[in-house]
Amino acid sequence: MAMLEVSDIHTFYGNIEALKGISLEVEEGEVVTLIGSNGAGKSTTLRSISGLSPPREGSIRFKGQEIGETPPQDIVRLGISQSPEGRKCFQRMTVRENLDLGAYMRKDDYENDMTRVFDLFPRLKEREKQKAGTMSGGEQQMLAIGRALMAQPELLLLDEPSMGLAPILVERIYETVAEINKQGTTILLVEQNANYALEVSSRGYVLETGAVALTDASSKLRENPDVQAAYLGGG
Amino acid sequence: MEAAPVNVTKSAPLAAVGSFLGKYGLILVLLVMPVAFGIDDLRTDGNLTALGQNLVAGLSNGAIWALVAVGYTLVYGIIELINFAHGDVFMIGSFVAFGLYGVFGLTVATGALGLAVGLFAVLLVTMFATGSLNVLIERVGYRPLRGAPKLAPLITAVGFSFLLQNVGLLWLGGSQAGVPNLIDQAKVVFTVAGVDITRGDILALAATAPLVYLATTFIRKSRLDKAMRATAQDPEAARLMGINVDTTISLTFLLGGVLAGAAGLIYALYQTTVWFFQGFTAGLIAFTAAVMGGIGNLKGAVLGGLIIGCIQQISDNRVGQEWTPVIVFAYLILIMVFKPSGLLGEETREAG
Repeated sequence: MAMLEVSDIHTFYGNIEALKGISLEVEEGEVVTLIGSNGAGKSTTLRSISGLSPPREGSIRFKGQEIGETPPQDIVRLGISQSPEGRKCFQRMTVRENLDLGAYMRKDDYENDMTRVFDLFPRLKEREKQKAGTMSGGEQQMLAIGRALMAQPELLLLDEPSMGLAPILVERIYETVAEINKQGTTILLVEQNANYALEVSSRGYVLETGAVALTDASSKLRENPDVQAAYLGGG
Repeated sequence: MEAAPVNVTKSAPLAAVGSFLGKYGLILVLLVMPVAFGIDDLRTDGNLTALGQNLVAGLSNGAIWALVAVGYTLVYGIIELINFAHGDVFMIGSFVAFGLYGVFGLTVATGALGLAVGLFAVLLVTMFATGSLNVLIERVGYRPLRGAPKLAPLITAVGFSFLLQNVGLLWLGGSQAGVPNLIDQAKVVFTVAGVDITRGDILALAATAPLVYLATTFIRKSRLDKAMRATAQDPEAARLMGINVDTTISLTFLLGGVLAGAAGLIYALYQTTVWFFQGFTAGLIAFTAAVMGGIGNLKGAVLGGLIIGCIQQISDNRVGQEWTPVIVFAYLILIMVFKPSGLLGEETREAG
């Protein structure tokens, strides 16, 4: 049994059907990536899994448990946390306050995880007392990922971690993503810029207009001429 | 080359005055009336007793406004809604308390112990009633409009205000209703430097201080403060953190309603009259208090309430009652000029 089993979900925004029957699986310990162009349904898939946009039809099972209708605040307690599209850091709060909120639902002492996040992102340690809204896009991206890690997730959902970042920072973020996975967190990743995503992941799904167009090992996808033409900058 | 330094030396004192006014202007403006009338007192009476008497009465009245203002500020702080119905929830609190006097058989003849126990029971039931009412209003009126433009819940709030006023009108009629003066509120308990402290003053302050303390402690201990700030800044991100946004908003309305109910009882005991329109005036004053303190800031609302109470008393007694609303709202305008974020408000509130 896979850790996450999404089967044939249909998600709507109002009357617009954004997901037209998406199915995918994530095994424990994997990094899986969803690639596709704008509006293909990548972010909506993550929003459906984390409960922000629950699917109208279909099923989402996490470790065997149906979570398709579970509200987001309960899903994070089950072990799925998300670094959302647009980062959504709490702008008028400091870095530490943001990280504290990441651990909001935890009752244990989470100082260890705070140290771990600061080890992964030393820049956040430097900016500990700075308001998130005053930081650069790259720093806010680190904060959003760090905040998601504070929930001690078994499955981490990352929505476009490279969005709007300088190439050198993209490389750094992906090194960190690999490191987080090595430390034992399963990752489901969404990217428009697929180069790094396919490098760090073991399997990938290509989404087109709300449906899965293609799925394969990431190494195979990178060699696929259609994928190269559409998502890898013409290769 | 030469013009630049001249310019700097010219504008530096102006800039200094500007920043000084920005920081302390509001405090200076607030001090004008007490200082002026204090000097007046010293000239005519040779002491500050009259001013002291105004301030004591002002703090007692202000304590009531403070309790109401907290409800405005909490709700605005989390969903940026000016809850116009809040003043009327306070009015309903007074009416419920008045009704409960009869239910619990409290009269001016009731003994001290019976009165204490009885009033405590009235307080609890009133707070429960207004707390539930406020939660209900949010559930029925505002929650369905969560995604709508901000104007929609605002108009709904005005609607609920009219609705509650008409409930009040049907309940006790259109004129002021006399409430039994259970605690003989004007009786002087002791005198400090010529300033009389009455039972009403002691009641207002002795009831308000622990309530505000309990409310702030509850907010901190339950981590409602964190949940409220997160919800205010980004409800969707808050949900991803494991915060139940609906529960957080309901709790905020509950807390505001509970404090408005307590204020309603204190008002009934202190003023010994209630009427259906009291919530409108109280609402305007308490909202002004919340803005003065820095809307969204609980301590600011309490501070603002106390200050406005004092301004009103000084104005009522020295300038004339007909001028009080003018003076109170002139202060509101001056606050907006000197420090739009209020006394304790976050400077960068709108920056995010």
